[in-house]
Amino acid sequence: MSQKPFLRIDNIRKRFGPIIASDGVSLEIEEGEIHSLLGENGAGKSVLMSMICGMVRPDEGEIVFKGQSVRFNSPREAIRQRIGMVHQHFMLVPNLTVAENYILGQGSALRVINDMDKVHARIRELSDRYALDVRPDAIIEDLSVGEQQRVEILKVLFHGIDLLILDEPTAVLTPQETDRLLSLMGDLVKDGKTVVFISHKLDEVMRVSNRISVMRDGRVVHTVNVGETNARELARMMVGRDVRMELPRSPEPPGRIVLSVENMTCRAETGLPAVRRVSLDVRAGEIVGIAGVSGNGQTELSLALAGLLPVDSGRVMLNGKDITGLDPARINASSFSHIPEDRHKHGIVVSMSLSENTVLQRYDQKPFASRGMLNRRVIGEHTRDLIKRFRVKSRDENQAIGALSGGNQQKLVVARELARNPDFILVNQLARGIDIGAMEFVMEEMLKQRDSGRAILLISTELEELFAICDRILVMFHGEILGDLPPDRTRLDELGLLMAGQTEQPALAG
Amino acid sequence: MDDMMFLTFLATLVGAAWRLATPLIFASIGEVFSERAGVLNIGLEGTMLVGAFCGFAAAFATGSVPLGLLAGIAGGMLFGLVFAVFTITIKADQIVVGAALNLLGMGLTAFLFRTYYVSTGKGIEIAQPVLIPFLSDIPFLGEAFFRQNLIVYSTVLVAVLASLVLFRTSFGLTLRAVGEHPKAVDVAGRNVAAYRYGAVMVGTGLAGLGGAFLTLGHSNQFVEGITSGRGFIVLAVVVFARWSPIGAFFVSLLFGLFYALQLMLQAQASIIVPYQVLQALPYIMTIITLVVLRGKGAAPSKLGQPYEMR
Repeated sequence: MSQKPFLRIDNIRKRFGPIIASDGVSLEIEEGEIHSLLGENGAGKSVLMSMICGMVRPDEGEIVFKGQSVRFNSPREAIRQRIGMVHQHFMLVPNLTVAENYILGQGSALRVINDMDKVHARIRELSDRYALDVRPDAIIEDLSVGEQQRVEILKVLFHGIDLLILDEPTAVLTPQETDRLLSLMGDLVKDGKTVVFISHKLDEVMRVSNRISVMRDGRVVHTVNVGETNARELARMMVGRDVRMELPRSPEPPGRIVLSVENMTCRAETGLPAVRRVSLDVRAGEIVGIAGVSGNGQTELSLALAGLLPVDSGRVMLNGKDITGLDPARINASSFSHIPEDRHKHGIVVSMSLSENTVLQRYDQKPFASRGMLNRRVIGEHTRDLIKRFRVKSRDENQAIGALSGGNQQKLVVARELARNPDFILVNQLARGIDIGAMEFVMEEMLKQRDSGRAILLISTELEELFAICDRILVMFHGEILGDLPPDRTRLDELGLLMAGQTEQPALAG
Repeated sequence: MDDMMFLTFLATLVGAAWRLATPLIFASIGEVFSERAGVLNIGLEGTMLVGAFCGFAAAFATGSVPLGLLAGIAGGMLFGLVFAVFTITIKADQIVVGAALNLLGMGLTAFLFRTYYVSTGKGIEIAQPVLIPFLSDIPFLGEAFFRQNLIVYSTVLVAVLASLVLFRTSFGLTLRAVGEHPKAVDVAGRNVAAYRYGAVMVGTGLAGLGGAFLTLGHSNQFVEGITSGRGFIVLAVVVFARWSPIGAFFVSLLFGLFYALQLMLQAQASIIVPYQVLQALPYIMTIITLVVLRGKGAAPSKLGQPYEMR
């Protein structure tokens, strides 16, 4: 490299406890480009950029900006060097005005604020220049998410930056707002700024970038010019990994329909549409997988099925009975098991013992209780049995479940849900936090369940997991089901493209 | 009661209301600062007692009301420092620490008073009314507004000043942000804990001043539990006032009116209601206020929550 890069990241490492977030990342950003960082959730994109903007300090490695080695202790220091980042979670104080947010923390603490007119004028000027439509006297909490994001971007510009980092900016935007943001990025570059765009959406990345770096498992695996690649190749780099496990398929053809979802629509907690007219059937004796980059409606789909999120329209039928809109307890009682994505929120009570967690849904039923009293002996025996069968590493059944490792917590959840002898099992992220050995065991258990005639819906972002045990794989993108594929490794490319929302095969072939 | 008598009654009532509101005004404006920064200090009853006692003790020793007031503020702040260390640095639960400090304040002041002062039985010189020339001679209005002592007059100044600091300075802006989105303040390069300490100090200093007024500007004695629940009423005042200093001033006046009303109605021979019922009036109003204003937003969103830096 003869020409000095604008920003050079050299062999950065960062660990959070046992989790390696950055595993020797190196990356170069050139002045005046839009450089996209592409990768699945958890690939290490946000952490990397947080280190560049001073939010997180790297353990090892060097950051060289404009030819100088820099080490920031706070975002303020980064901004002084003209590096600014717009975070996924906005750093705006909701009850203050736009202008007040911009001057927060600036100047002496004892300063009397008497230059608001100047600040307002400057905001209006910048807002007009980039057509951002930001009113300086608007109160943040009155603004929509899209407006707040423009306020955040303008804040960074207000402070004066040369390098702008946008962390998953389109995740919260409507398609129209996304278009607007992408064209804004072009305008900023024309004005001499450099933009780093973090995303996992292939189409957006292809539209605006000059260069694209793909991250996987805390490393940059590849950097390409946008003209020298295509969506297919990027998809493969993003998700492509070896399938390590091959487990036997069921010889039996699937039986009757156990779970049937018809045209289900629901919204995320933010109020944005998350699941759009999804229809699917799961039959007895089959495992149906749902693949997709996280954030495409899988979370909402599983919560809605389990009764934890309201269904706006459509129906959910279990064993021919309509369970749409029932409360979670009633759904649980209708032969429905749920291994949730967020274990701590929906799966266990951290401060309670293994025994208590084991009977969370059935503590008031025989044989665990009689005449309103818990039958501790039966509960204990039942729990000890599960601990032994699922090899949950724990002191005894009276230990608080929070003291266990994540993998062992998950094993107990799986054990509990399977022990309830359900007809239908909803699984979101089966192997979350589990080590390889335990994963194989849990997967074998799922296969056993299938072979004994249960219907299983397995939502996962881990293709490996899906390939290993599913009988067919659906792909979810933007809240819709895009495809229905057999778990055939030779069709990995196709799967990757579907996960990125690309359905038109011929146009992208090559 | 003829018209003349009624007007006199009214003038006396308003004058008394302002005097009785004074400790509430100081303490509630202080608590506005504290809560705006996200720190819910329910230990105000204890803090005000400490202020009342320190004020009394200092004035007793020196014979000086200003020194007494300063001692009241200092006592309040010292007490507040204990609260701040436990809730901000150690991140203990604010309610639990506040409750503990209330008990400590009550016990400590009662103990010290009994040990050193109760046998003396002497009172102290208190702040005398300062008649504003001409204005104090206006019929009725003069009685109501212009025959107060300097501490009472100063409540207006404190309210205006507090409002300016909170809404027109960089300190106030950051303080308000700390109670809503401390992380944003952290990212902007300000020390969240330092601001919370500052807010608690302002809050307990003013609560101490409010307490000192009770012994130095109102009664001339310290009595065990002299605050009689004012520290709790202040918490309701702050909610009613929507966390605004000017609002706290007027809401305190309203509560002062209930205190005054209850006192004056007791003196009216024609009204035959047990005096205990009248005494309960300010407290009943507090409960009604909280019920009526239940759930209406505007509370700092991080109120009562410690901030974890990364």
